[in-house]
Amino acid sequence: MTEHAHIVPYRTFFIVWGLLLLLTATTVAVAQFNLGPFNVWVALLIATVKSGLVIAFFMHMKYESRLFLLALFAALAILAVFIGLTFFDVLYR
Amino acid sequence: MSGHEHRDDVGARFGMWLFLFTEVLLFGGLFILYAVYLHRYPHEFVTAGGELNVWFGGGNTLVLLTSSLCVAIAVTALQRGNTTLCLRLLGVTIFCAALFMVNKGFEWSAKIGHGIYPGSAHLHDLPPGEAVFFNIYYVTTGLHGIHVIIGAAVLIWTMVLIKKGRVNAGRWVMLENAGLYWHLVDLIWIFIFPLYYLILH
Repeated sequence: MTEHAHIVPYRTFFIVWGLLLLLTATTVAVAQFNLGPFNVWVALLIATVKSGLVIAFFMHMKYESRLFLLALFAALAILAVFIGLTFFDVLYR
Repeated sequence: MSGHEHRDDVGARFGMWLFLFTEVLLFGGLFILYAVYLHRYPHEFVTAGGELNVWFGGGNTLVLLTSSLCVAIAVTALQRGNTTLCLRLLGVTIFCAALFMVNKGFEWSAKIGHGIYPGSAHLHDLPPGEAVFFNIYYVTTGLHGIHVIIGAAVLIWTMVLIKKGRVNAGRWVMLENAGLYWHLVDLIWIFIFPLYYLILH
C-alpha cells in the first residue's frame, strides 16, 4: 500500500535551519554572561527549542499521525521519571 | 504487476521511532550522570569545561545542523523524483560526517597530547570533579562519534539502494528512516554542545 506522502517544501527546511543557527548563536552569546545556576537552565531551554524544531520539521513529526507524538511524549516522560527519581536520591541524601 | 506487495510504511517509521526512543534513553543515562556530577562538582565542571575549545564544538554544531538540513531536503527531493539532487545532498551529508570526525580527531588528539584521557596520570592528579568531567566527556562524545559513523554508513547504504532504484519516489521509507537516525545524531549534539563546551565561558 502506497500512502499519500506529505511532501515538505525546501523553503520550510531552510527557514528551520536559519532558526537553528540563530538559536546556536544565542546559546553561545548567553554563555558569555555569568547567570549562576541559570546558565545551564537557559542552555537547556534553548537546546529543547532547537530539538523541537528538528523533531517537528526535519523529522516530519508535524506531519505524522498523533500516535507518533504520543509515543515521543511517553518516552520523554520515562526519561523524566529517571531524572526525577535520581535527583530525589541525590538532593535529599 | 501481479502479486500484492505487503508494505507498511507508517509501521516502518513508527518502528524506527521506537528504536530512537531507546537511543534517547541510552544517552539520557549519560546526561543524568552529567547532571548528578555537575550538582556535586559545580566549580570543577566550570574549570574543566573551560579547557574545551568552543570553536571545535561550535564548528561541529554548524556541520551537523547543515548535514541535517541536507538530509531533510534529500527526502523531499526523492519524493519529488529528483534522484540526482537527493544523491548530491546525501553526498554532502557524508562529507559533513567526515568533517565532524576529523574535527573530533584533532580535538581529541590535542586533549590526549595534554595528558587528558581516561586513566591518564595527569587526570589522576586533577581534582576528582575535573577528572569526572573529562571521563564523562570522553564516554558521551565517543558514543556520539560511533553514532556519527553508523549514521554515515547507513546513509551510504541508502545511497547505493537509491542508485539501484530500490529506494525511489514511490518507496522512500528507507531514506526517511536513515534520515531519522541522522537527525537523532544531530539532536544529541544539540545538548552536548552547550552542556560540555559552553559551561560558563
